This record gives sequence, C-alpha cells and structure tokens, in this order.
Amino acid sequence: MTTAVAAAGVGTATRAGVEVRLESLQRRYAGVTALDGLNLTMAPGELVALLGPSGCGKTTALRLVAGLEQADGGRVVISGEDVTGQPANKRDVGMVFQAYSLFPHMTAWQNVAFGLQMRKVDAGQRRRRAGEMLELVGLSGFADRFAHQLSGGQQQRVALARALAIQPKVLLLDEPLSALDAKVRARLRDEIRRVQLEVGITTLFVTHDQEEALAIADRVWVMHSGRIEQLGPPTTIYSRPATPFVAEFVGLTNRLAGVVRRGSVEVRGASIPLVQPDAADGPAMALVRPEAVTIASDGAAATGPLVGTVIATAFLGATSRVTVDLGDITILAQLPTSEAAAHPAGTRVRLALRPDPVLIARDEAPAERA
Amino acid sequence: MSRNRRLKLQVFRVIVFLVFGAFFLVPIGAMFEFSTRGNTETAPRTLSAWLTIAQSPDLVAAILASLVLAVVTSVGMLVLLVPTMIWVRLRLPRLSRVVEFLCLLPLTIPGIVLVAGLAPEYRWLSINVSESILTLAFVYLVLVLPYTYRTLHTGLAAIDVKTLSEAARSLGAGWATVMGRIIVPNMWSALLNASLLSVAVVLGEFTIANLLNYVNLQVSIFLLGKANAAVSIAVAVASLMFAFLLLVILSFFGRPRTRVARLEEA
Repeated sequence: MTTAVAAAGVGTATRAGVEVRLESLQRRYAGVTALDGLNLTMAPGELVALLGPSGCGKTTALRLVAGLEQADGGRVVISGEDVTGQPANKRDVGMVFQAYSLFPHMTAWQNVAFGLQMRKVDAGQRRRRAGEMLELVGLSGFADRFAHQLSGGQQQRVALARALAIQPKVLLLDEPLSALDAKVRARLRDEIRRVQLEVGITTLFVTHDQEEALAIADRVWVMHSGRIEQLGPPTTIYSRPATPFVAEFVGLTNRLAGVVRRGSVEVRGASIPLVQPDAADGPAMALVRPEAVTIASDGAAATGPLVGTVIATAFLGATSRVTVDLGDITILAQLPTSEAAAHPAGTRVRLALRPDPVLIARDEAPAERA
Repeated sequence: MSRNRRLKLQVFRVIVFLVFGAFFLVPIGAMFEFSTRGNTETAPRTLSAWLTIAQSPDLVAAILASLVLAVVTSVGMLVLLVPTMIWVRLRLPRLSRVVEFLCLLPLTIPGIVLVAGLAPEYRWLSINVSESILTLAFVYLVLVLPYTYRTLHTGLAAIDVKTLSEAARSLGAGWATVMGRIIVPNMWSALLNASLLSVAVVLGEFTIANLLNYVNLQVSIFLLGKANAAVSIAVAVASLMFAFLLLVILSFFGRPRTRVARLEEA
C-alpha cells in the first residue's frame, strides 16, 4: 500500500490543492430559498465538512460547486477562475455520490478509467493510472469486478478512485457513507481522510452525521435553512457553539430553564457563566452538555432541584451516559464508566453542573426537557 | 417444501408447459401440414408451395419491403424516442405526462380513422416526394409508439439515470457520451424488446397498408390467399417462424452483459 500511495502521490504532485471560494451563492426552487447568500473560502488542500439537517441546502451548495445546478446569484471560484457559468463536464471537479453511482456495465477498472478516457489520456497511461488509483483505495485485486459483485463499501471506494483518477482540482463528497453500515462507515471515513491527505486535494464533504463531520474535517461548516450557522474547527464547533442550533445539532444537549442575571444563568440553584456575557437579563433556556453534568454525591437522603433517580445507563465504552429523572425533567450526564457503574438504575443521586460557559436559547417557551 | 409437494408442482409445470405448447404449436403444425399437401387427396406431400415463395417476385418484393420497413421503423423509433425519453427524464420531468399521453394516443385511434386522416398526406407524399412503400415508415413510427414507449419507460425506470448521468458528467462526459456510453448500454434489454415489438407490429400490419394501397407482407398474403391458399399459408408460417427466431435472438442478447463485458476487458 505504501508504494501505491507514493506512486499516486507522485502522479498528483502536479495538481496540488487549490483555493475554492463560494461568494454570495443563492439558489431558489419555486420561490423557496434553498441557499441564501453563502460565502465560504476553502484553503488549498483543506477538507471542509458541510454539516446540517436534511433540507438545509448543503447538497444544493455542493451541486452548485459541481455544476450540476445553476446558481441564481453569486459566484463559484476555483483556483482563481470563475466557473459559475461552466457546465459540469468542464469544471474539473471529482464527485462521489450518496447513491451507488458506478456504471453497472463496466468493471471497476473501466469505471476508474472512464474519466481518463474522456480526457483523451492514452491507453497505456490510462491503464497505469487506473491501476494506481485502485491500489490507492486498496482494491487492486477487484479491478475486473462489476458493481454488483462489490460490497457497498467497495463500490464507494471505487467511486472515490474514479473521482480522483482525473486529478480534479476539487473533490466533492455527497454523503458518500450514508448507505453503509456503521462499521464500514467508520473504516471508510478514515480511509477517505487518509487518501485526501495523501493526494492533498481540496475537499468538500457533505454529511448530516455530526460525528462523521467532526472526525474527518479540518473545518466544519454548519448549515441551517440555507444559511451558515457556524464555520470553524471541529473542537470549536463542539465546545464553543456559536448558536443554539449548533449547540443542539452537534452533540447532545440538556435544555434547562433558568434566568439570566448579569452574564450568568441561574439554573436549578446553580450559577453558570454565559458564552455571551452581554445577554439581556430574563428567563432563558441554558444549553448544557452532558459532560458538564456530574454526580456530586449519593443523594439517598438529599432533596433539592438537582436530586433525582438514575433511570438508565448507556454504556459507550470508556464513558457511559446516565439518564437521571429529576421529577419534572430528565437530564443526561456523561461520566467515566467506572463512576457511572457506582450509580445503577434506581439509585438516588445529587447532580452538579460544571461552571463551563453555556449558550442560552430564547426561541421557545421555557418548558424544560433533556 | 416436502418432496411430494415438489413433485406435484413439477408435474403441474410440465402439464402447463405441454398444454400451452400444444395451444401454440398445433395450429402452426396444421398450417404446415396444409401448406405441404399435394393437389389431390392421394398425392404425396410436396414443398412446392414453399418453393413458390422464392419464385414469386411480387411476394419477395412484399417480404423485402416489410423487412426494410421493420428495420427503418425500429431504428427511427429508437433514434426518436430514446434521446427524448432520457432528456425528459433528466431535464424536463414535468413534461413526462405529456410525452406519455402523446405516445399512448395512437392506441386509442382505430386504424381506419388514422388512414382517413393520413390519406391526404400520403396523396401529397406520393405526388411530391415518393411513391415508395417505405413512406409507410412514417405512419408505422406513430403506430409503434404506445408499445415501445412502455418498454423503454420500464427500462429507464430500472436504472438510476440521474445519478449515472451526473457521475459521467462530473468525469467530463458530454450529453451524447452520457446517452451513448452510459444510459443506452444499461437499458440494452429494453431497447431490444422495443425493437422486437416494432418489428412485430410492422410485420403484422395489414389495415393501413391495404387502405393506402401499398402491398406489404400481410397484404401480399391476403392477395395470395385468394389465388393460392397453400402459398399464403406457407408465407404465414414462415413469418411466424421469423418472429420466433427474433424472440430467440432477443433472449440471447437480452441476457445480462456481465460475461460479455468481462471478456472484452480481458
């Protein structure tokens, strides 16, 4: 594999990653705004994950970059060239689709060589390049197989090899792992990242799976209703979400009713600092991560707003997620498994809230829920 | 499934096969028997009616004309319908209902009505363009639309046309390449079926040709039947055999292409 990767690396050395800019991109469908003035600059060789719920416009953004749809406004600039008006087959963009997209009447080798044939690469070079690409994705022994003779994961790896074989300026991945089972998904995700780093290609990865986005990307672009909610490195997106939507979409969040007073929010007797200390005083929802909830002590004889009964424990490996019923709401706490094991279902516990800065939401009536 | 039940099922299948086989083969056998009878009850069997087919220039001309019409109609139908249907599916899906309606329309119009409408056009054609029987290809093209549309529609529905074409486009393929090298090879079976249906419709067509005063295969069989019944039956059997041969060819070429493509690769 090392040799193959090195060979592929040499082959792609002439096409280092390029800068990609989306400038005020707009797209409407029958009067409904799918994209509302998107701006994004991707650095050469960067992998940006475009994360958001279904219908937020992330696939539309990707298709506009690919040239499979035309923008109603704005520009797509790849390597300094405005490609907004160019058709898909002239854009020099590689794409891996959500649905299995291998040409069923061609072998894996023929699929990978197809794009090279379109570029009139001579037969010898085509054969060599397609072989290198299949080796790069670990499928050199499957060159003669047809799509129906490959597993879902193998098909997507061939699709990746096919997209990379043409040495595109940009690689676009449209939820390429969503049709695969969890184990294959995790393995292929790592493989995509490995290949992307080897080749050094600028990559836009669309997904609705936050774990996938956080695991693979240099930066995550969270979208909601056709707009950018937040753009930043995965750690920032998770630990310092810019908006309540990001806080709730990325990772689990407890919504606890409280009152904002002078830069802090008072929640069930605890005072927690705010991410935005200038927030106006008044009732609000505090968005508290399960990791910020700890079990302070055995609460057998205790009373108080943070005393409740453990009703379930979900084992996640090194940590466990404990669900505690506080009477009026349930709250999630993520603890080291050894600590969680000391509080089995049915035991009374007293919770504590770590004073990590939290976001507040004021978009709905303060009815508490976890 | 128990062995006894499996055996019963097998027997049932064989009986059904034999009954339906007899249903199709007995009339053909009877026709063949009729076409090989001698002139008298005691005369020995003869193939003279079959040999007459080749010696009758009018009949040979009619057979050739029908075969050429079948080929022209099939090719015309594929050239007209396949790109249109792919384009509508990819770029103008809102027009799919309109195209379907237009393609199925000829099914609701009786042949005689069609001829009444087309007669002036054909008069003009025969005066200004050509009197050739091949001009019938225009009306046959309309006639085969309902059958071929359905077949091609099913073939297109069986593949993810949108994703495959977008994948090909992103790899640098133009629209002609997308159609010719990606979509068409994956609906090979549907194309063959549609072609066979076209051939079958054209070879079996009588009403329009007769009313427009052209002599195609069926008209020729009809005319021969008045003069020499044995020859007309021999031609009918031959045309049935031809249709059967086409079916065999279809089932051979309509198989999955896996094996063929693999050999090409090797």
